Amino acid sequence: MTTMTTTTTTTTTTTTAGHGFWRMAYLGFCALVFAFLIAPILVIVPLSFNAEPYFTFTEGMLRLDADAWSLRWYRQIMEDEEWSRALANSLLIGVSATVLATVLGTLAALGLSNPAMPARRFATGLLISPMVTPVIISAAGMFFFYSNLGLAQTHLGLILAHAALGTPFVVITVTATLAGYDENLSRAAASMGAGPLTVFRRVQLPLIAPGVVSGGIFAFAASFDEVVVVLFMGGIEQRTIPRQMWSGIREEISPAILAVAVFLIVFAVLFLLTVEWLRRRNAR
Amino acid sequence: MSENPDIQAGRTKTGSGTGRPMPSPRLDPRLRAALLVLPLLVFVGVTFLAPLANMLVRSVYDPVVADTLPETLERLRAWDGRGLPEETVYEALARELLAAREDRTLGQVATRVNRVQSGLRSALTRTARRLRDVDEGPWSEAMTGIHAAWGETGTWRALREAGDRYTPRHYLNALDLQRDPDGSIAFQPEDRRIYLFLLWRTLLVSLGVTVLCLLIGYPVARLIAHAPPRRANLLLILVLVPFWTSLLVRTTSWIVLLQNQGVLNDMFVYLGVIGDDGRLAMIYNMTGTFVAMTHVLLPFMVLPLYSVMSAIPKVQTSAAESLGATPWQSFWRVYWPQTLPGVGAGCLLVFILAIGYYITPALVGGSTGQLISNMIAFHMQSSLNWSLAAALGGILLVCVAGLYVLYDRLVGIERMRLG
Repeated sequence: MTTMTTTTTTTTTTTTAGHGFWRMAYLGFCALVFAFLIAPILVIVPLSFNAEPYFTFTEGMLRLDADAWSLRWYRQIMEDEEWSRALANSLLIGVSATVLATVLGTLAALGLSNPAMPARRFATGLLISPMVTPVIISAAGMFFFYSNLGLAQTHLGLILAHAALGTPFVVITVTATLAGYDENLSRAAASMGAGPLTVFRRVQLPLIAPGVVSGGIFAFAASFDEVVVVLFMGGIEQRTIPRQMWSGIREEISPAILAVAVFLIVFAVLFLLTVEWLRRRNAR
Repeated sequence: MSENPDIQAGRTKTGSGTGRPMPSPRLDPRLRAALLVLPLLVFVGVTFLAPLANMLVRSVYDPVVADTLPETLERLRAWDGRGLPEETVYEALARELLAAREDRTLGQVATRVNRVQSGLRSALTRTARRLRDVDEGPWSEAMTGIHAAWGETGTWRALREAGDRYTPRHYLNALDLQRDPDGSIAFQPEDRRIYLFLLWRTLLVSLGVTVLCLLIGYPVARLIAHAPPRRANLLLILVLVPFWTSLLVRTTSWIVLLQNQGVLNDMFVYLGVIGDDGRLAMIYNMTGTFVAMTHVLLPFMVLPLYSVMSAIPKVQTSAAESLGATPWQSFWRVYWPQTLPGVGAGCLLVFILAIGYYITPALVGGSTGQLISNMIAFHMQSSLNWSLAAALGGILLVCVAGLYVLYDRLVGIERMRLG
């Protein structure tokens, strides 16, 4: 018995000693990966305040000279008519597509969550497919099809296209929220005299609202970041922010797009925090 | 009698007082569920699935030549494919070429015939232009006089092939195949093969990115999954910020970091790692595509891994080790097998997304970092060979659909989570 205990203790000590080194290596490796994930996004922020039209830190910036830093690129995008029109287009297309996707997606999720739904797996597969189809294929197909209908180079065409690409996000998030919904609540409401619409409006919707809103945010973010469909189907009149950035990156590279990028990062963080907050609310 | 219905209604009401009052007849639950899904199915069908189907049709169906030169093609059908066709064929073609020139459809026909055999565009356009001055036959002599191509058997074979309404030709092209004069299918000459190579490269890059994401994502997911809740939330945000950040922003970041006069090269020069003339070419090539794609797709690996790992109790590995397993053994025999569903989900998702990648290679791939999607875009926007673009899209779509079905079988689409 005594010998047994001794051996166990020795093994434990050696493994802990081994752990120490490996644990440091493991943590160091993870730190590098986190840096890889986040540093490229952070580096854009200071560079957008560059006083010079360069994409890198000037010596003045490193010495923290006040002159080397400026708001000129922010001023430029604020005053530029093309950027403000792009923002208006992005908002119009994004909001309309989101409303459409959220309403249709929520209804479909209600149906898909019902075990009685016929061909449930197949229907889910079809409805999620816009999310996994390579966007170049969607864009090419939509270009042919929408051109025939006279919807290419119109706002309506882009709204419909973006709504189609955004619906899977709504279906997924709302279905996930509905998985935690207690069907007895609907039954209870119905037993006390509420019609199906009232049950949905007064009982079910308030409870699944966090999922619906999250889905809407996902759909909006997808539209707000979509460039390939706009590239193929949109004309000059339909240029959105990502489309404008695309030309910015390809043609006349200027730090003005870094200033836009900072705005988009701020948007992304706001979306992220809202969705996480809703998720936590829903979990409670 | 007149009271009867009221009484009965009253009875029914009181009778069902413990149940529900039945405000309206209830729909069959199957029908009710289907009716809720129907609007979206119709919407996605019209706005998304119909365009895809339309594109697939376009990849095998092209009526332009058949519609413009119907008489010629009809008469060519009697030709045995050897030597030259009869005078009546020449006569019909002359007539229809002139008509096509009037209708301005000649250009479309010439482009299509030219894709079957290059060099025939000028034969068609020049012949149509000069034929106006020819009043009568024999048309074979007149046409051969205008362009020698009309005296060659291959020209007529090409014309006949271009006249097929339904054709597998674009798929053959997209796979670097061609039909030999005797009708058998063979590889194109080596210097003209491009697509199989690109397809291969796309598969390799996707595989490489997937493996890399797994290798660097797995430890990170494990760290987050077993960290105390507050720290886990903070670390998770570090993964979610890139997930939510615009793809164009992230691509811009990599340009800023990696380009010749970019931050990393400047830093290396400053630190003396490389000389000012030895700046590394890290972008506008395959390196750029690879690095930026890994960055963009890493969250799609970490998140499914994290959700599987956070369900594994930490005590399990401790228990294994207290029973005498080395950390190595307890990881491989206790921990790793339980994370396999997450590994499968993450790898499949990353691979599916990688194989269709377009934006990042287009912006940072230069000429060596282009993938199959970029070739589709090229044929859509520059060469305007839409049928070939559609065929390439069809091939890519089949690959993705196969992986998607596999994902559904192994993971289940309904278990897909976002963020």
